[in-house]
Amino acid sequence: MGETEESKQDRIAQRVRDWDANAIAEVIEYRGESTLVVPKSHLRRVCEFLRDSPALRFNFLSDVSGLDRFPVEPRFQLNYHLLSIPHRATLRLRLRAHGADPVVPSVTPIWPTANWHEREIFDLFGVRFEGHPNLERLLMPQDWEGYPLRKDYPVQGYR
Amino acid sequence: MASTTINTLTGPGKTMVLNMGPQHPSTHGVLRVVLELDGETVVKAVPEIGYLHTGIEKSCEALTYSQAVTLTDRIDYLAPLSNNLAYCLAVEKLLGIEAPKRAQYIRVLLTELTRIASHLVWIGTHAIDLGAMSVFLYCFREREDVLKIFEMVSGQRMMTSYFRIGGLALEPPPGYLDRIKRFVDLMPSRLDEYEDLLTRNRIWLSRTKGVGVITAEDAISLGVTGPTLRSTGVDYDVRKYFPYSRYDEFDFNVPISTDGDCYSRYVLRVAEVRESLKIVRQAMAKIPAEGPIKADAPGIIAPQREKMKIEMEALIYHFKIYTEGFSPPPGEVYHRIESPRGELGVFVASDGSPKPYRVKFRTPSFVNLQALPKMIEGRLIADVVTCIGTTDIVLGEVDR
Repeated sequence: MGETEESKQDRIAQRVRDWDANAIAEVIEYRGESTLVVPKSHLRRVCEFLRDSPALRFNFLSDVSGLDRFPVEPRFQLNYHLLSIPHRATLRLRLRAHGADPVVPSVTPIWPTANWHEREIFDLFGVRFEGHPNLERLLMPQDWEGYPLRKDYPVQGYR
Repeated sequence: MASTTINTLTGPGKTMVLNMGPQHPSTHGVLRVVLELDGETVVKAVPEIGYLHTGIEKSCEALTYSQAVTLTDRIDYLAPLSNNLAYCLAVEKLLGIEAPKRAQYIRVLLTELTRIASHLVWIGTHAIDLGAMSVFLYCFREREDVLKIFEMVSGQRMMTSYFRIGGLALEPPPGYLDRIKRFVDLMPSRLDEYEDLLTRNRIWLSRTKGVGVITAEDAISLGVTGPTLRSTGVDYDVRKYFPYSRYDEFDFNVPISTDGDCYSRYVLRVAEVRESLKIVRQAMAKIPAEGPIKADAPGIIAPQREKMKIEMEALIYHFKIYTEGFSPPPGEVYHRIESPRGELGVFVASDGSPKPYRVKFRTPSFVNLQALPKMIEGRLIADVVTCIGTTDIVLGEVDR
């Protein structure tokens, strides 16, 4: 194997820091997975760097998932699970968003696979993505009221 | 469910819009595809999903970690054990525990049988989509054998919930390996039979060769995984890239092709069934006859029944686990496995309470379906059914 997963991930964080010292707000290590917390203003640039830098080549976006910390602020958390097929490496990016009606940059122009993931998050959490080509509800009916995966939405729905 | 209507798609008079589904036999469930046609050529295709959305992720938040296992079966109902495995491994990662060796080998054995059963359904239904009725009947005959093995081991044909956090639900019954051995010995000749019917069949070739072509670049940017990605020459298989559950101890190949068409995906899936049979044989040899099937983790895994009768502590743990569950430390993990359809990822977030704070299933069908327009735009309407079939979607998994 040679290099452990942890040291691989440390090296990734270091590379991003060398490129732009302000690009990472925080690095979280948990159970051998590292999470880079990225400020909203830097998200697009960091994603482009991670995808295009020859030493990193995170060419594959596995998943984007939302999380609601209601009533704690910053309320919303978006997790981007990246994969580098050429380097067999994984990484998680995290974005935090404040308020009940947050707007965050879309990564669909960088990884087209994010299209449906972001629509799903818009549909279920009500997070809007700036620069998304077609931000519509994906799973729920168009005229649905509320965002079901928010923590202030009852499990049984409104009756 | 988006609002694509007949009116929003139509161009300046030349094209016509055709609505396919959601109740259409070849959509394998309730998928709706809105097609814009110019004569017989598809100009634009828009898949619409959400007709089977049941809110599984929200429901998981209201159950304890152990109870949520039963919901994972219902996501991809053709490969329930793969879902069980992904969820259990994610929670085990969150807890920092590992299932015992024997349980891990049995997990590998049964998930590979799941892959065989799922691919058999695919071969059968894809064949029936393209007009070959008998292959469907043969495939379902063999699939039934696998389901009977599941029934023997877990008591259920389909919604097994057999993998539990930290191990297995119960000790497999005596003689289960003989039963599996009979199936494994029979299967290669049965696969040859399907191949006799399809692989060099002229109709099959003309319906699938060069149809639904996708390039490696497009597949990666659209997040496609599984046999569809491997048909473009990319060898990404989670079992090889990030081995879990002791897959690194097994000797198997990942079949790849560079054609990227429907025919190559058929060839790959048949080859994958053969590779899975290899893994099943190795797993049968590796499984120790004796040994625990549950991890030794007091307070998380229910103690043995015998211990409960003589040890005070075991009784307390038993009571606590079945009344309130267990509480993993706060944190988030993501675990990926190779399901029959591609990368199945489970993201679990804990807030330190006995219920998962958030569970997200990154299901391969959901992501792979995004590649459908790339495959069919510019092709004939007759190829639409082939392309829907070839992506091997399960709508339960797409909509969750």
